[in-house]
Amino acid sequence: MTEYIIRRLLQSSLVLVAMSVLVFAGVYAIGNPIELLVNPMADDAERARVIANLGLDKPLWEQYLTFFKGALTGDLGKSFVFNVPAVGLILQKLPATIELALCAMVIAILFGIPLGLWAGLKPDSIAGKTIMAGSILGFSLPTFWVGLLLIMLFSVQLGWLPSNGRGDTVNVLGFEVSFLTADGLSHLFMPALNLALFKLSLIIRLTRAGTREALLQDYVKFARAKGLRASRVVGVHVLKNIMIPIVTVIGLEFGSVIAFAIVTESIFAWPGTGKLLIDSITSLDRPVIVAYLMIIVTLFIVINLVVDILYSVLDPRVRLGQGAGQGAH
Amino acid sequence: MTAAVQTPFQRIASDFAASKLALLGFAMLVVVIGIALFAPVVSPQNPYDLTQIDVMDSKLGPGEKSMAGQTYWLGTDDQGRDMLSGIFYGLRISLGVGVLSTILALSLGILFGLTAAWFGGRIDALIMRICDIQLSFPAILIALILLAMLGQGVDKIIIALITVQWAYYARTVRGAALVERGKEYVEAARGLGLSSSRILFRHLLPNVLPPLIVVATVQVAHAIALEATLSFLGLGLPITEPSLGLLISNGFQYLMSGKYWISFYPGLALLLTIVAINLVADQLRDVLNPRLQK
Repeated sequence: MTEYIIRRLLQSSLVLVAMSVLVFAGVYAIGNPIELLVNPMADDAERARVIANLGLDKPLWEQYLTFFKGALTGDLGKSFVFNVPAVGLILQKLPATIELALCAMVIAILFGIPLGLWAGLKPDSIAGKTIMAGSILGFSLPTFWVGLLLIMLFSVQLGWLPSNGRGDTVNVLGFEVSFLTADGLSHLFMPALNLALFKLSLIIRLTRAGTREALLQDYVKFARAKGLRASRVVGVHVLKNIMIPIVTVIGLEFGSVIAFAIVTESIFAWPGTGKLLIDSITSLDRPVIVAYLMIIVTLFIVINLVVDILYSVLDPRVRLGQGAGQGAH
Repeated sequence: MTAAVQTPFQRIASDFAASKLALLGFAMLVVVIGIALFAPVVSPQNPYDLTQIDVMDSKLGPGEKSMAGQTYWLGTDDQGRDMLSGIFYGLRISLGVGVLSTILALSLGILFGLTAAWFGGRIDALIMRICDIQLSFPAILIALILLAMLGQGVDKIIIALITVQWAYYARTVRGAALVERGKEYVEAARGLGLSSSRILFRHLLPNVLPPLIVVATVQVAHAIALEATLSFLGLGLPITEPSLGLLISNGFQYLMSGKYWISFYPGLALLLTIVAINLVADQLRDVLNPRLQK
């Protein structure tokens, strides 16, 4: 186990370094930030001063080395636009994104598992079929368009919910959160629902498939034969056994929820990291783009590793290290 | 001797037609493809010909008439362009980008997947490791990174869509090819002394195609949705190539003032296209799955 974790960590650091080279070189190729940063009226001396100040006069490999040395100490460069450390800028926006992603996951789990169970227990009932049809729609609907429909309905037509921003926030343990105020909740509802929709469909399908499979197993037949109540058979014998794949997928999908938050945050002007990324791409703020990507890649590597380890803890049959590789996708 | 032997194509066609829903999807798809192919013929106006549009007609609601007496069934956008025509032209670009990128990614995936399965060893390990790493990140993130680097343009979005898709095919092809490799017909072909490339492309490939066709059909829908999302974020296609995603993005700013049609109808067209493709793909999966054959 320890050997496996060490090997995975080494492998992950290699991936990180490779990603940093690719991202750095790639982002370096985008446009010329000087055009946006220097006053067009400035003379050549002023331009040269700004370029030297940002370190853009040095060759690419030298800039990368400076970046790499900084990265080892947690410094991913300064934002061209805001002139503050890029990591700080992202960490400041991260709580908003995490809050949105967590709320979306909670919605997906709270509704997805019961609906999936229902559809699995009664696959031929009208309700079961409706749930499945709904989940197909959830897969087909493009996320951003659903966001627009939500705004159209709740903000424009009904005027019930605000369409942008975070609303009032409360400081909890040093983080600003929206879900504890009524105003914040009204701001959070639509983006969280929008982000949850795809994962909700996924969890419904997983739970349904797992339930249908579990119902055919001998232990369920035996539990029924023992005369246990249906609620106990479903709640204990079925649910417990289908939780392993569901927990794995929930873990793995958390990263992708954060990635998809980029779209949702842009629609609802939710001030998180995703919106920061899109704004930085538009304003050619290279250090922020690179820093965001490095942080999110690290996050993904950590999530994948944690899920693989958790998986082996939950299911003793899984032996890590014997070609287990990257786990489920 | 004219025994009524069904050709494989006839069998697939009749199995496919067994589902009404799949037929509906197929019919929708035919209409969508027809519109995309013949957009200039079926559109009431050419929305990108400045002589045909009038700014005086801008932001008219669905069903309103223009100054010249023409009816705009789906309204007009901020430039006074007919939305219906805009959607027809947009479908053309969305569908074109989706299909082209899928075909290119499929070819690339077949090449890498077959190479990995045939040669095995280090080459196999390297290709599959790259697939693993790539597939552990969401497609949208990889596409965003690439487009942030490459900038806007039809060629750039196609490159991004190929990059996010090829690994799926490479994996599917490798899996199927590994199974086929051990079969007798491949051994026979080897015994005949045929070259590797001939065995790979003339003998193995036709036998691994069915699962690929299913994956590719679903992927066209994904590619279209992804392109629309990226264009909506302002990172996909330039304004000169207005796909459905760009039309939706363009209408977003007028949504708050109640002018829903500029965003809503292009979105509806996008949804119908994706649903149609998914319905067809679902049935194809069942029809082409040898385990489900009677």
